[in-house]
Amino acid sequence: MKITKTLTAIALTGTVLMGASNAEAAVAGPKPPSLDWSFNGIFGTYDRASLQRGFQVFKEVCASCHSLDLIAFRNLEALGYNEDEVKAIAAEYEVQDGPNEDGDMFGRAATPADHWPAPFANSKAAAAVNDGAVPPDLSLITKARGSGADSAIRVSMLQPGGFPLGADYLHGLLVGYKDEAPEGFDLPEGKYYNEYYPNHSIGMSPPLGEDAVEYSDGTKATTDQMATDVTTFLVWASEPELEHRKQLGIKVILFLLVLTAMLYALKRKIWANVH
Amino acid sequence: MSGGTSKFQSNIGLVNWIEHRLPIFSFMDAQMNQYPTPKNLNYFWNFGSLAGIMLVIMIVSGITLAMSYTPHTEFAFSSVERIMRDVNSGWLIRYIHVNGASMFFIVVYIHMFRGLYYGSYKAPREILWMIGIFILLAMMATAFMGYVLPWGQMSFWGATVITNLFSALPIIGEPIVQLLWGGFVVDNPTLNRFYALHYLLPFVIVGLVFLHLWALHMHHSNNPTGVEIKDEKQDTIPFHPYYTIKDLYGLGILLTIFAFFVFFAPNYFGHPDNYIMANSLVTPAHIVPEWYFLPFYAILRAFTNDFFMYIPIAWLMSAKLAGVIAMFASILVLLAMPWLDRSRVRSSKYRPVYRFFFWVFLIDCVILGWVGGQAAEGALVTIGQWATFWYFFHLIIVVPVVGVLERPKPLPESIAASVNGAPQAAE
Repeated sequence: MKITKTLTAIALTGTVLMGASNAEAAVAGPKPPSLDWSFNGIFGTYDRASLQRGFQVFKEVCASCHSLDLIAFRNLEALGYNEDEVKAIAAEYEVQDGPNEDGDMFGRAATPADHWPAPFANSKAAAAVNDGAVPPDLSLITKARGSGADSAIRVSMLQPGGFPLGADYLHGLLVGYKDEAPEGFDLPEGKYYNEYYPNHSIGMSPPLGEDAVEYSDGTKATTDQMATDVTTFLVWASEPELEHRKQLGIKVILFLLVLTAMLYALKRKIWANVH
Repeated sequence: MSGGTSKFQSNIGLVNWIEHRLPIFSFMDAQMNQYPTPKNLNYFWNFGSLAGIMLVIMIVSGITLAMSYTPHTEFAFSSVERIMRDVNSGWLIRYIHVNGASMFFIVVYIHMFRGLYYGSYKAPREILWMIGIFILLAMMATAFMGYVLPWGQMSFWGATVITNLFSALPIIGEPIVQLLWGGFVVDNPTLNRFYALHYLLPFVIVGLVFLHLWALHMHHSNNPTGVEIKDEKQDTIPFHPYYTIKDLYGLGILLTIFAFFVFFAPNYFGHPDNYIMANSLVTPAHIVPEWYFLPFYAILRAFTNDFFMYIPIAWLMSAKLAGVIAMFASILVLLAMPWLDRSRVRSSKYRPVYRFFFWVFLIDCVILGWVGGQAAEGALVTIGQWATFWYFFHLIIVVPVVGVLERPKPLPESIAASVNGAPQAAE
């Protein structure tokens, strides 16, 4: 039995270490601070007010350069908007449809079934007005820049030196601009110095100046507040299933624990006459 | 199959009618119900059936995913996201499949190390063990091709790096790579053939598993003492209900751990770069394979021009080719385990010297896995090279030498004697 336990311990440690080392190779640079997000932990949920404020920041600031291809207007109901509000939001945007009976493409107001319209027709057009850099699509950004923004366990704790949470990274990036690069750092023309960007030299200008948006709920639009809100919104865009997943997970695990305990009791009973 | 003779009888007319024409009921009764199993198996013997269940979970979740997946470079990435967002419970099925691959490998690796520890590969179970190695190879091919299907950055660049390895082979290298790619770069034809093979290979594994079980049932399970069954009455218990309930209890634990990852850390084993769509113009900073390939990846990368294992063969081949050969050899050499191990005693329980080296070998494999996940720089290169050296030194030198020189401890008379303690043997 001792051997059994040791072997299990080593196997599990090895697995966790390998998971960690898998992560470790990817991101260099200082780790952004770990924040206490509402969606952290096994009971985590999205803060609806923050989601709506974050959506406002995305709409008024980010969306002028970044696309959000995987999100349809109908998905916005998850932010706490009702059907009519979603229809109204969609109607503010024009999408291309067609061809009509004459074979022509035409513009029309968006409906809830439409996906978020991209600011540029294609990546060439995006690069042309952004000094050759293509602003990435934001639909999966927190999953693509960190270790799944979703983990119940703080992955950063389990993976020392590994990926930060995607949410922590994104928030860090948005507040991590410095007016001047540190001495000795050769910042190329037209680039900005960012503490948390992998090589510190980022093409995106600081997007969130104080009061860049005016929140309708009266929250003061500090850079940190806007960064927090838009990060929450983009974590939702990456993982819209998160709340449902975690709530279902609690039920499934409770069920499995009870079932396993019962199977163990049965095993003890059946084996009683063997031992 | 040999094994328990069935005392199968039925009062149901239809059952007897079928049984007379196809003796499937007595077969199942003999192999799954009465099947005599050593009474002293510990919980490490759970991992075989767990691996079988993981295979079923992977096939069922995989076929379900295939119903909504589009194998085309333009649509693959977004079709996976459509599964995650718009298909009913699609996220659940995909996360089960993604994390299931890791669970499958964890279970199989524990199963294999159990076999190594208790000498389960020794006569008369050599073919059983060898089929197991072929199952591992088929699993690796399946997992590798499956990882390409979402067409993320790591899918694309992983496929590029690994398929390119074959180009190191002389003469046949280039044609093999072009055959794998279906062209001159990793592109849509590559994705299509990988998808076809990813769907096919699991059923090949099912066939191999059937052979694995057939070979197992010929001579029954090994056990922690490594002593063969001598008296069926004393040494064994019927598979049902004893091992069905024990396996179910183990399954409960596995599913709980599995569910934890699926629901609360679904991307723990994954890589963020795979949530970026494949782009042949942007290379990721570090291309790393999935965790279960890392030890082999470390062996591949250990072969640099100044590696002491390479220098003696430098006149013969490039370091790249040597690395590729070493990587495949690291698995294929396991096929020879039954003959490399000269000891007549199976279980490490009675082999203190071998047991010590077993643990060193296990730690060596963990070190290889850790090194495989790091950027190949500085001291890590040296550590990886020494770990690679030890991997082969252990299997090719330590195992045979210890097998000959070691004086094993006395074995128990029988399985029953080991369970009931020494006095039984004296009776």
